[in-house]
Amino acid sequence: MQNRNHLSNVKISHNVSVIENGLLEIPMLQLLNEQGVEINPKKVKFFDRDTAQKILNSMHYTRLLDDRMIGAQRQGRISFYLASLGEEAATVASAAALEPQDMIMSQYREQGALVYRGYTTQQFMNQMFSNKDDPNKGRQMPIHYGDKALNFMTVSSPLGTQIPQAAGYAYGQKMAGQSAITICFFGEGAASEGDFHAGLNMAAVLNCPCVFFCRNNGYAISTPADEQFAGDGIASRGIGYGVKTIRVDGNDVLAVYSATAQARKIALEENCPVLVEAMTYRLSAHSTSDDPSGYRSKEEEQKWAERDPIVRFETWMQEKNWLDKEALEAYKTKTREEILAALKVAEKISICEIDEIINDVYDTPPWHLEKQLKELKSHIKKYPEAYPKTAGSNK
Amino acid sequence: MAKMNLLQAINNALILSMQKHPSAMVFGEDVGHFGGVFRATSNLQEKFGKSRCFNTPLTEQGIIGFANGLASQGSYAIAEIQFADYIFPAFDQIVNETAKFRYRSGGQFSCGSLTIRTPYGGGIAGGHYHSQSPEAFFAHVPGLKVVIPRNPYQAKGLLLSSIEDPNPVLFMEPKRLYRAAVGDVPEEEYTLPLGKADVVKTGSDITLLAWGAQVEVIEKAASMAEQDGISCEVIDLQSILPWDVETVCQSVFKTGRLLINHEAPMTGGFASEIAATIQQECFLYLEAPIARVTGLDTPYPLAHEKEYMPDHLKTYEAIRRTMDY
Repeated sequence: MQNRNHLSNVKISHNVSVIENGLLEIPMLQLLNEQGVEINPKKVKFFDRDTAQKILNSMHYTRLLDDRMIGAQRQGRISFYLASLGEEAATVASAAALEPQDMIMSQYREQGALVYRGYTTQQFMNQMFSNKDDPNKGRQMPIHYGDKALNFMTVSSPLGTQIPQAAGYAYGQKMAGQSAITICFFGEGAASEGDFHAGLNMAAVLNCPCVFFCRNNGYAISTPADEQFAGDGIASRGIGYGVKTIRVDGNDVLAVYSATAQARKIALEENCPVLVEAMTYRLSAHSTSDDPSGYRSKEEEQKWAERDPIVRFETWMQEKNWLDKEALEAYKTKTREEILAALKVAEKISICEIDEIINDVYDTPPWHLEKQLKELKSHIKKYPEAYPKTAGSNK
Repeated sequence: MAKMNLLQAINNALILSMQKHPSAMVFGEDVGHFGGVFRATSNLQEKFGKSRCFNTPLTEQGIIGFANGLASQGSYAIAEIQFADYIFPAFDQIVNETAKFRYRSGGQFSCGSLTIRTPYGGGIAGGHYHSQSPEAFFAHVPGLKVVIPRNPYQAKGLLLSSIEDPNPVLFMEPKRLYRAAVGDVPEEEYTLPLGKADVVKTGSDITLLAWGAQVEVIEKAASMAEQDGISCEVIDLQSILPWDVETVCQSVFKTGRLLINHEAPMTGGFASEIAATIQQECFLYLEAPIARVTGLDTPYPLAHEKEYMPDHLKTYEAIRRTMDY
């Protein structure tokens, strides 16, 4: 690819030359075919057995957590949930290719990356139950995780805002001389936001060491990708911005891992952004507030269910004699129990006391917030039964 | 002390901040080698290198998105939006991201080391899109601080405070004073408190309140009124968010009358907020309704700029009406 600015080295043509989409073929990296057979002519090395096990466990953990929390939402125990069924390879294997010092800026469906980083079951539950043990202090809807210790930026609902932010964060890492990058996740729907275009262009022009990881999962709530954009996916846009680009099978652990590892290496060594487009499918509903039966067929879902990234990876592990089925079943049982136990603990922990309502707006609460809190507290004192969650701790 | 105009004072503050903080970076459209369309960032790239003072692509949402990320990483991000009229593509990044970063993460992350500088206001024949005063939009956003200086001395001290303050600050610069306002400015570092108004002149009959370039307008109206024997107290609010209710109340307790002047349109302008608060806090002390002298509820016009502006004559007339109530 050539980066031309204005008229430098532009080839001249004397015929009207119309460039059509499709002239540039962007292939999709696949190292495990849909049957789980490794196709690896270049003999690329991936990871050791321990890492493979950690990836597999993290994918199973994510799926078990999703399953249980959809149930908890249906029971009315939490208000909202957002599953990542079918996309576990995209989020877990990409996280596995990073270093702990790399910042993760997620969209909201990347719980797999958080699991891989070591977020605990209790941390998940405290956030989802908005209780006082959640470091985000119960201020955002369930699944808006954030953990500074794990370099996982707190999730923000507005779509795509994290894309130019990732460019800025990565620029700061570079200026501080850190051996670290920022990875930024988003969906193909969010890539229609202005922030996507602004962010990629900023990152390319300002040489920011970041990886833009697009989960092209086919749907933005109900809108299918073919009503979201024309053109060759999201990958083709990277080329337009002068951003090195890789398209990868998002349901193939080996391909996602290899592509992300390569993207990270380029970003760090060449001080530039890399775009990865992972082709996958959102088998789950958008969220617990959504029902996909209104906009897509069972047949389509079935076709993708057969491309299950976990099954594919297990087949590969089995082939390598790395799959201990008994140990895996024990892990899944233990995880189910752990999730249930943590859920029960979290729902009994109270929410933050009322004074927290004015903290963290600024570094310290200014006078007008102190005044509003004082008025609120005396009101709660007058009507304690109307505010049962805070009346007890209202001093 | 040195004689500086408002631009030189800002440039000087930026140099001191970049010397003090190795992670301080200044960026925006045309701020690099060119030094900004108004030259506020002149010579910064020569002094500190291209990696610390640089041009960005022409995307306000990109500039503020990038700035939010850079600040959340811990660097001092000093972003320029070339005209306040063009800040709106970045409105989402400022309102939903900059301002909520700390709150939503329980204090784990923040954009506290972000300062957004932007020239605002009319009087330069700039028409709709080089003249607006959008401070009221941002006054409605918890988590932001909004600061507006009136002269070179205030500009330097308040900008240094804004950069040092551990909260994101929108620093709005009165562009018609960039070269018109000249004054003595200390060459070394100094700060002025945010959230504090400045009583420019004491008086006993009526309090005149404004900020930025309108302070000199109310001072001029005050001189006219003094010819009629009316004693005016002139206050520069300086900080729009949070604002100094205490100083304004103390003044109104004394004078019993308040006039607020701003360039922005009247409806939903920041004067509305001030009037509501002051009638709440000073109700029994008020001798007359609180007066607002503002721009019209129209887009900012070009040919009728002079007529649109809340000038000293409109202010003088409102002082007389308030006194005669």
